[in-house]
Amino acid sequence: MKLTRGKSEAVGVVSRQRPARSSREALIWIAPAAFVILFIFGYSVITVLIQSFRYDGDWVGFENFSIVITDPIFLTALKHNGLLLLAVPVLITLAFIIAIALFETRRGMRFYRSAVFLPYVLPIPVVAVVFGQIYQLHGALNLFLKSIGLDFLAKDWLGDPAIALGTMSSVIIWKEVGFGVILMLAHIISLPNETYEAARIDGAGFWRTHFSITRPAILNTIVFYGVIEAITMVSWVFNYVYVMSNGLGGPGNATMVSELYIYRSAFQNKAPELAAAAAVFLFIATLVLMIAFFRIQRRSIAGTFNK
Amino acid sequence: MKKKSGVQRSKLEATFRYLLLTFVAVTALIPAYIIFAGSFKTQGEFLRSPFGLPLSPSFSGYRAAWTDNFPNWLANSFLIVTGAVIVTEVLAALAAWGFARFPFKGRETILGIMVSLMVVPPVVLLIPLFQLGVELTLISTLRLVILIYVGLMLPFSIYMLTNFFKSIPESILESASIDGASSFKTFKSIVLPLSGAPLATLAVVNLLWAWNELLLALVFLQNNEKKTLMVGITGFQSRYSLDIPTVMAGMSIATLPLVIAYLFGQRFFIAGLTAGSTKGE
Repeated sequence: MKLTRGKSEAVGVVSRQRPARSSREALIWIAPAAFVILFIFGYSVITVLIQSFRYDGDWVGFENFSIVITDPIFLTALKHNGLLLLAVPVLITLAFIIAIALFETRRGMRFYRSAVFLPYVLPIPVVAVVFGQIYQLHGALNLFLKSIGLDFLAKDWLGDPAIALGTMSSVIIWKEVGFGVILMLAHIISLPNETYEAARIDGAGFWRTHFSITRPAILNTIVFYGVIEAITMVSWVFNYVYVMSNGLGGPGNATMVSELYIYRSAFQNKAPELAAAAAVFLFIATLVLMIAFFRIQRRSIAGTFNK
Repeated sequence: MKKKSGVQRSKLEATFRYLLLTFVAVTALIPAYIIFAGSFKTQGEFLRSPFGLPLSPSFSGYRAAWTDNFPNWLANSFLIVTGAVIVTEVLAALAAWGFARFPFKGRETILGIMVSLMVVPPVVLLIPLFQLGVELTLISTLRLVILIYVGLMLPFSIYMLTNFFKSIPESILESASIDGASSFKTFKSIVLPLSGAPLATLAVVNLLWAWNELLLALVFLQNNEKKTLMVGITGFQSRYSLDIPTVMAGMSIATLPLVIAYLFGQRFFIAGLTAGSTKGE
């Protein structure tokens, strides 16, 4: 990190002499990428904003918004995104426990790590199709439960509206936990050895050591992972829901989420204006998470310079 | 006495740890096993024992999957992923060098905004880009999808490479500028050769994302011959819902390139995914 700091100071001196030239040169390097980003993000976000205030080419004020926000299906979708956020603490806890178990393990660590991380690499459509089979009424899970005498636990996992969303979130957890394990493990390994010496002398137990020493030491990674997963639950669950409910968000609207609502409004109900209004709501929700993300990034950038 | 109890405790802990890890590993691996084993079974065999080994392996699933538009989809996925990953790599490397090397007013802010673009839900971008695609008659062309993928992959790519370029020691770059090398020459002959690992990492991460992407491909590639593998398989599931081995065979083919890439490039996967976190540089 020291080298970086030395370098940016040196560059700073140069820039004070020739600031105009420096920024002009930077522009040349950045322009091609900036052009694509402005087109994909800038154009789209502005167009969606304008469209959300129009209908059939006419300006209609907030009408689209009031239609969408009073639509019980959209409210259900938002509620489901909110419920999916409950999976975030579960993910963090599981990832932390698995990461420290891996950290303490010497023999077979590489095998276990590869296995734990594999789900994160598999394509979501593939994952969703397989779990769709596993969770069938006569599927693999219920067969397994019956074979070990736990018949009463066998359920219609995806067909029962009361538990379908929970089933869906178990698939998301299954897939996403490996990412957290890898992040946390990388951080734990990089911790200096002395961190643990005091605890070892005190004879503190395994769980206690990690809960009171490792957890605070890697807190920023935990928060980072939490924010990433929160964003996933709000704006990246389309693939799971689309494949596992055959594009419907069913049974009923039991697994409807805001992304699917927007997709269906735009492409099945041919109401792009309403979809645009819903997209603006979703965008605002992610904007809030985005600001949280931004602040964490800034803090970590500042942190590396202050060390 | 005291020492013995400590040893016992740590033995107990080790046993517990291995039990936990084994349980987690089995849970993580079982679905992949079900796909792969299932692809060699018959329908009846699959329904009777989804966990069992395919005792009399049948290839009819693969045969059925491979006809249809499957080879087309596979080719489309390859073309889109290759195109998007290469273009992203080039544009991101240029821009990251601009950010890392030339300080200008508002640089940190622009970089910060770019980082936060990573979390904009793609569904927000979907409607305007689709309407534009219709107007320009670019629906069901691979070009448009490649362009959109590049746009979506750029923010993270630039962020990651900027971090790396900043860490290149100044002394190395200075010696080049004393020699009178232009900044492009410095970039080409000094910076890029040093950047093999981060560029490979980035390629792997982007490849993974683009190969697995469903939503945009679903909307922008409607012509059956132009679909990607992921869209194709998703449709497979409903069309062949009474023929699970065919679905499993299709998914095995779609997954295999990834699993192979993962097994051989695990180092790059892990480096790439930790690069976004606060401590992973």
